[in-house]
Amino acid sequence: MPVRVQNEDFDIAREIAALRGNDPRVGAVAAFVGLVRDVNDAATVRSLTLEHYPGMTEKALQGIVEEARARWDVHDALVVHRVGELKPTDQIVLVVVIGAHRGEAFAACEFIMDYLKTRAPFWKKEQTPDGERWVEARASDDEKAARW
Amino acid sequence: MITLVYLARLREALGAAAEKIELPGDVRTVEALLAWLRGRGGAWAAELAPGRAVRVAVNYDMARAETPVKPGDEVAIFPPVTGG
Repeated sequence: MPVRVQNEDFDIAREIAALRGNDPRVGAVAAFVGLVRDVNDAATVRSLTLEHYPGMTEKALQGIVEEARARWDVHDALVVHRVGELKPTDQIVLVVVIGAHRGEAFAACEFIMDYLKTRAPFWKKEQTPDGERWVEARASDDEKAARW
Repeated sequence: MITLVYLARLREALGAAAEKIELPGDVRTVEALLAWLRGRGGAWAAELAPGRAVRVAVNYDMARAETPVKPGDEVAIFPPVTGG
């Protein structure tokens, strides 16, 4: 269950291929990619700086993936999260779950994203035409995580 | 001694990224530690005031008000997370 935090971009096809390997038991691959948008809360976003808490981040992501694997019958999962400077259209985060069937893979993938949004120590700072601002956490993210 | 780590907006508001402090004898929980830090006044009292959205991790695990704090711990204080 690999988790990675990195500055570099990721290649979805390569990541999926590496995770599923040549395993004929895998019948479903569910993937989510989060991207940087150019507008947030009615302001133009020129760029985004993502910081994290080294040491805790990997541990938190591992814990989330372990919980997903305990709750759903899936084979493996991957989380890649970028940090540093990002621009609109850039990829931020990748979650891939592989398993025998789509239902479990979809659910585990969504669960990992919802928990990541509220429990993994990442913070976004936006650069807008009016200056910099820290992104505020959304109550709707807590509600989504609480569903599980 | 414990290590305190401040992250993201709180690091900027408090003007510190990390510090080591001698844990006062009567501070044994996250709640007591936050109360002690508020006693510094100024930005500490304002940013860590009850009702402000502040999250705490002890030794890299998310903590609650009653989570124990003991010498040697690393305690991180930060705003609600906004990754993904």
